[in-house]
Amino acid sequence: MLAASALECMRGDRTLFSGVSFALAAGAGLLVQGANGAGKTSLLRILVGLSPPAHGEVAWDGRPIGALGDEYRRQVLWCGHSNALKDDLTALENVRAGAALAGRPVNDAAARAALARTGVAAQADLPVRSLSQGQKRRAALARLALARARLWVLDEPVAALDAGGLDWLAATLDDHLAAGGLAVVTSHQPLATRARFDTLRLGP
Amino acid sequence: MREDGDPRAAALGLLRRDLLLALRRKPDALAPVVFFVLVASLFPLGVGPEPELLRRIGPGVLWVGALLATMLSLARLFAADYEDGTLEQIALSPEPLWLLAAAKVAAHWLVSGLPLVVVAPVLALQYGLPADTIAVLVASLLLGTPVLSLVGAIGAALTLGVRGGGLLVALVVLPLYVPALVFGAGAVDANLAGTGAAAHLSLLGACLALAAFFAPWAITAALRIALE
Repeated sequence: MLAASALECMRGDRTLFSGVSFALAAGAGLLVQGANGAGKTSLLRILVGLSPPAHGEVAWDGRPIGALGDEYRRQVLWCGHSNALKDDLTALENVRAGAALAGRPVNDAAARAALARTGVAAQADLPVRSLSQGQKRRAALARLALARARLWVLDEPVAALDAGGLDWLAATLDDHLAAGGLAVVTSHQPLATRARFDTLRLGP
Repeated sequence: MREDGDPRAAALGLLRRDLLLALRRKPDALAPVVFFVLVASLFPLGVGPEPELLRRIGPGVLWVGALLATMLSLARLFAADYEDGTLEQIALSPEPLWLLAAAKVAAHWLVSGLPLVVVAPVLALQYGLPADTIAVLVASLLLGTPVLSLVGAIGAALTLGVRGGGLLVALVVLPLYVPALVFGAGAVDANLAGTGAAAHLSLLGACLALAAFFAPWAITAALRIALE
């Protein structure tokens, strides 16, 4: 499904990584590891199509993602380092705004259910600015509960999560992979999933 | 397994979100119109109460005031979304980015452009402009402020992530604002001089048509570059 061939990423005139190739089939997960500054986030941004690689190509179903355009973006869910939440909106409003952007608007009840699954139902009507870091992360990850995308690309999803949050994330990833989804995740901690993730190590 | 999304819902959702954010941050949202009122009210105090002089400078002062007030709010147009990661989600939305960019520009105009049009007639009274001239002023601002929002958004997108972006936006956008200023203030002047404002207003309308056609495309290109 997802294939990367000979990816190279440059920062200025420094090569972050080169020759990164892998293929992910349906139901497979990839854990990207590496030291700080090894280019994990850069690799993920290339995979979702936010930045172009210096060399190499990312292909989905055998076609380059640049040519697929919105067809590819419909298949991808991206959770970046920042939570993509608006501090002035409530968690509920944030979830609904995010779902509408992803092309699948949801009603209040569905958004509330998604927040309940990530364990922040009680904070649904609070402005996000008043939430703790972990609660913000949970509210951001509520978009996993609503997603229909085949490929999840998550940058440090476990950051700021407590043990309960970790368990929820692991179970959600397992369900996603079991349903034939794909996941590319960066994490400094083990993911605690039942499904086995291939490991890709960046840097020396 | 291709499924059709809902571009209209995505664009309207983004528009509603931006309006809601403006409502939650009223001081920020009111800044342009307050600035406009202050500038337009200080000029008569500064140049003295001579009716003939005030009537001469009125159209220009009001238009420049509206222009600068719009510019005041441009720096934050995409910057807030850029900083909290929402812009990445917008760029990765399966719906067309030009449509989402247009929704953001529409929200910007509703929040900081439309209020200028609404208060302009009151401010025009300070300059002793006759009623039919005020009507032309409102018409020119109604056509002109969307141009300011559209063109300004290109500048805001181009300077995204650059340090000192606020000043840079002004430098990028000001030359592009000149046609709107010339035709807008010109329309009001022409009405005052009795030569009819139709020609100027038509040109201003042409500016709006051009901007509405090209700006979303330019904003999209600039945003994609900014996110690389």
